[in-house]
Amino acid sequence: MSHLKKRRVAPGRPPPFLVVLACLGLVVFVVPLAGLLARVPWSQMPRILASDVVGDALRLSLVASLSATAIALVLGVPLAWVLARVEFPGRSVVRGLITLPLVLPPVVGGAALLFALGRRGLVGEPLGELTGLLLPFSTWGVVVATTFVAMPFLVITVEGALRNMDRRFEGAAETLGASRWTVMRRVTLPMIAPSLIAGLVLTWARAFGEFGATVTFAGNLQGRTQTLPLAVFVALESERDTAVAISLVMVVISLAVLIALRDRWWRAL
Amino acid sequence: MTRSRLSPTVAVVLVLAACGGAGAETPSREVLVSAAASLTDAFAEMKTAFETANPDVDVVLNLGPSSGLREQILEGAPADVFASANTSNMDRVIEAGEVEGEAAVFATNLLQIAVRVGNPAVVTGLEDFDRDEILIGLCGEDVPCGEFARRALADAGVTPAVDTNEPDVRALLTKVEAGELDAAIVYVTDVASTDGGVEGVDLPADQNVVAEYPIAVLANAPNPEAAAAFVDFVLSDQGQAILTGYGFSSP
Repeated sequence: MSHLKKRRVAPGRPPPFLVVLACLGLVVFVVPLAGLLARVPWSQMPRILASDVVGDALRLSLVASLSATAIALVLGVPLAWVLARVEFPGRSVVRGLITLPLVLPPVVGGAALLFALGRRGLVGEPLGELTGLLLPFSTWGVVVATTFVAMPFLVITVEGALRNMDRRFEGAAETLGASRWTVMRRVTLPMIAPSLIAGLVLTWARAFGEFGATVTFAGNLQGRTQTLPLAVFVALESERDTAVAISLVMVVISLAVLIALRDRWWRAL
Repeated sequence: MTRSRLSPTVAVVLVLAACGGAGAETPSREVLVSAAASLTDAFAEMKTAFETANPDVDVVLNLGPSSGLREQILEGAPADVFASANTSNMDRVIEAGEVEGEAAVFATNLLQIAVRVGNPAVVTGLEDFDRDEILIGLCGEDVPCGEFARRALADAGVTPAVDTNEPDVRALLTKVEAGELDAAIVYVTDVASTDGGVEGVDLPADQNVVAEYPIAVLANAPNPEAAAAFVDFVLSDQGQAILTGYGFSSP
């Protein structure tokens, strides 16, 4: 898509103090990772990674993070579209509400979910009486908690793209007789595709690493609600080797996904 | 000009004096106490009472699961005193050579079943913990309250149908209080601390497990004099009276 290509500016010589600060900034990210790598029990890795605890947690983490990403796609894109295109009173309040999970401590989010969707919760109690559905201590609870924490990344990224895109393309398509649904499908979505993918990746990554809201709302039980971050937290108190091994798995998976997709899709951002 | 903060020069002199181990002076400065989460309320009062008796000392409480506190100490986090909810975590710290002198048991605690107000799930004892249809929570296996609860259940021959293993006893209690769990095994002192937010079901003496709380000054304590004074205070009659006020027993 040629309109997304940016002109490359020839890089000049960077000011030295900027380079020094940039290096310090990089150190903030690299040092903790180096600390983790220094503690990796390489010879124990196969045994630890083959254990039931790690297998169950990995499966749950993948199921929960991918489900949260799918829900964010189905509900988050329409939300972003409404926020970007429809003027309504209180829009900035709604936008603030959606951004809230990004800045709120996840434990607070988990507690709020418990009070809303728990067995005695505002919505949870009538829901349970009608359907028998119980979210806390279930895998669905994990999906709800991770969606709550991660979906804002998708909404914000897509909303930004919708607001910044050149709307004359949509206008042209409409003039040529395309229906609104066709314009959405054939013009709008392809134009914001890179941002959409980037938002989905960020959403997935945040969901994959979610801890606080999950443990507070969904609890911690192997095979049902214990995701990889919860398994790390539990292992940290007893078997440090296991904790480090699982952490390494999370770092490798997340980094691989972020690097691979960044190179493919994020050049447009 | 009156200023409550010490000038840098005075502070340096004080630090040098303290490092020199001048001895019989009254303890001063900050003392960092890493204490088990189940001591939260009792140690808050302990801090106030100790600071009243020693106005120059500022007690800083670092509360969490004993196993987490142990890891912090083993990783070299600066702390003066360690108060654990079980002996095994203290033993690991002693084995690592991180304890100055010996650890002393300063309190004991008993297990109790915490149920929702009104006990709607009709939980009457450990035997109910294998019921699948009710929601059961325990502390994680490596947290003292989880270790003791599993020991009590094993002794009673009950295989629990656990729905969640919470990271510490306060998190577990909160979920019973919120009505999300029907029953959990916590300490007697925790049930007392909720002021009616949960109800307690006593365990018969032959099913119960006595939790022993050891306390010790740490080998790398930045402020050893104040640390020793705080430990002495906890073991004194005044300190013991505070603990019994929160449901603990004297060893």
